[in-house]
Amino acid sequence: MHARILGLAAFAACLVMPVYAAVALSDAAGSYTISPAGSSIRFTIGKAGGGGFDGAFARFKGTIRIDNADVGRSKVDLTIYPESVGTGQGRIDAFLRSDAVFDSANSPEIHFRSTSVTRTGDTTALVTGRLTARGKTFSEKFTAELDGLKAGTIKFHVTGKVLRSRYGMDVGTPLYSNVVDFNMTLMGRRG
Amino acid sequence: MQASITNSPTRYGWAMIILHWLIGIIFIGQFVLGFVMMRIESQRTSFELIQLHKSFGFLLLGLIILRIAWRLGNAAPALPPSVGTLERRAAPLAHFALYAFQVALPLSGWALVSVSTLEIPSMPFNLFVMPNLPLAESDAAENFWSAAHWYLAYAGIALVVLHIAAALRHHFLLRDSVLTRMITPSSGRE
Repeated sequence: MHARILGLAAFAACLVMPVYAAVALSDAAGSYTISPAGSSIRFTIGKAGGGGFDGAFARFKGTIRIDNADVGRSKVDLTIYPESVGTGQGRIDAFLRSDAVFDSANSPEIHFRSTSVTRTGDTTALVTGRLTARGKTFSEKFTAELDGLKAGTIKFHVTGKVLRSRYGMDVGTPLYSNVVDFNMTLMGRRG
Repeated sequence: MQASITNSPTRYGWAMIILHWLIGIIFIGQFVLGFVMMRIESQRTSFELIQLHKSFGFLLLGLIILRIAWRLGNAAPALPPSVGTLERRAAPLAHFALYAFQVALPLSGWALVSVSTLEIPSMPFNLFVMPNLPLAESDAAENFWSAAHWYLAYAGIALVVLHIAAALRHHFLLRDSVLTRMITPSSGRE
């Protein structure tokens, strides 16, 4: 009899297991400010003939709001300063900042505002939003994976592909791929 | 009149004539393009012109290889009697130097993109990826090949100016066939 109850309990525990993230996320409900110290926004662009070149934005800011009752009502708001782009090669950085690519003098900010968040797994969600760069706005999708949850901080690993040609940054295609692969770690601090 | 593809003892065939003018136009065009692309303000236009310059450079290299092969199998026609002893000796040297520049310029440009730390791939006319020459990349090597390409370009274009001046002298002062035989192909009956 006891064994049967234990068995049922174990079975129930197994059923509950997959939703631990939901429990965790409900604990995580609240507003976070993205901390540049624990975050990174990296990108890779493939090159004809193999390989690619990597870059990162050093300066950005944003907020993450996790809705307790409805994950779908969670929000992400991110501003990137393209002036801070770095590839490890000064001449390429200058080229990227120029009007050939980001035109950071005239378009100093790139914005992303989520429009919907859809849960896709225990710890994953699809974040759809409006990306604005160089005065052009398109809908983009990013995959976010919960990567860490500690007292007062939350960490997501975010990936997604963006077609640069849509934002007037098609220079160098097809030598360099039109697809920009984003790989970000966004760490938020409560408050 | 039936135009001959091959040279005759006194005239050029049309293959050599077409290669001569095609390479000549591209060579001068490349000099102008190279000059403009390094001075234009728009970084985007500059980037695109540099890729175009690379495309034409590879085309030039292909054409000059074809031209040298054709020349080796097809002796150049003899110079007309109006050509003096000094020029008779100098002309082959000048022509050899012109060929040397036609090979050295695209090769030095290819070396430059191969060693550049910018690692920009080469894709002639967006058709295929041209591999780099097996040279180690470094800022020092890039500076060296950049300077070499620049000096070769100016020396080469100076030689082209001399070549054009000589051709015009033959046509307008000496009034011989040196220029016209590079325009009208051999009929194969001379």
